[in-house]
Amino acid sequence: MKGIEAFEALAPLLKNEPTVLANGFISRAFFNVTDRKENFYMIGSMGLASSIGLGVALAQPERKTLILDGDGNVLMSMGTLAMIAACAPKNLIHIVIDNEVYESTGSQRTLSHEIKLEEVAKSSGYKQVMRVTRPEDIQPAYEKLYKAEGPVFLLIKVEPSFDSSQGRVTHTPEEIRDRFMESITG
Amino acid sequence: MLSSKIFVDKLRGNGFDFFTGVPCSLLSGLIAELEAIPEIGYIPSVREDAGVGLCAGAYMGGKLPVLLMQNSGFGYSLNAFTSLNLIYKIPVLVIMSWRGCGGNDAPEHIIMGDINEPLLKTSGMEYSVLDADNADQVLATALKKINVEKVPYTLLVKKGLFDERH
Repeated sequence: MKGIEAFEALAPLLKNEPTVLANGFISRAFFNVTDRKENFYMIGSMGLASSIGLGVALAQPERKTLILDGDGNVLMSMGTLAMIAACAPKNLIHIVIDNEVYESTGSQRTLSHEIKLEEVAKSSGYKQVMRVTRPEDIQPAYEKLYKAEGPVFLLIKVEPSFDSSQGRVTHTPEEIRDRFMESITG
Repeated sequence: MLSSKIFVDKLRGNGFDFFTGVPCSLLSGLIAELEAIPEIGYIPSVREDAGVGLCAGAYMGGKLPVLLMQNSGFGYSLNAFTSLNLIYKIPVLVIMSWRGCGGNDAPEHIIMGDINEPLLKTSGMEYSVLDADNADQVLATALKKINVEKVPYTLLVKKGLFDERH
């Protein structure tokens, strides 16, 4: 499955959940599939999608919170998996689009070809982890994890597919923040 | 000296309600005080930049966060401050211990101790040096920066200001 197919399968499943998106390919590709005010597009601060998402989940314990992460981001901040497991927010779903490369910088390889990130998450103490490789498996896996007690982890293995001619996120950082905060508290 | 208990009360009294950090011996009394109050829910961060991210998410979720760190962690956090907080305008109160202040400390702290203030200034991170008598004043300044300008504000803590418990 191409990365873009994973986003196209995920997009219709999302409702009003605050969603923190990793920088690079993840934010840019998902922005072009579906732009919603609940999307917090990270444009810098690589590695921090997971900690930002944890902060939102802890501040809003009654709302399902999603992290749409990448393998490079997870590897950069593997310690945050331990923080998430230790804080154990029941409302947190951590989704990783794993293309095994740093796609937006020219597809240099990460380490996730050798390292199974969902096993790292499981060992860290996530309540449930799943790994899918086919687009048709995304919806049932997502729905199962959505009903489960968090934190849960869904790894979606994809092939690189990023089209760098696709536009960047057009909202300014402050607009992204304002829309996101309004979607939570408004 | 400034009592850790009194300072924690001041922070809570000013609305701060989310606390995380990476420890420093200079902040050990403060962290012990935070940890002693279960409803505060102090969260140990694994790295200072993860703490920056955590606080950013908590702020956007409606909390008023405080991040404690040693100044060594400022280096780890610099990209998070410049490419997250300062451009999205996401505030956080940073309580940063000033190891190496005045050049009298272990070797690993000397350079950061020397460049701590210039580095804060050059990266656009506003700060005050917290002392035994100015807590109310610097917290008022911090709250104004946080609530009006929506930028991070740092309080530098020198050795001996808080009781150390280790």
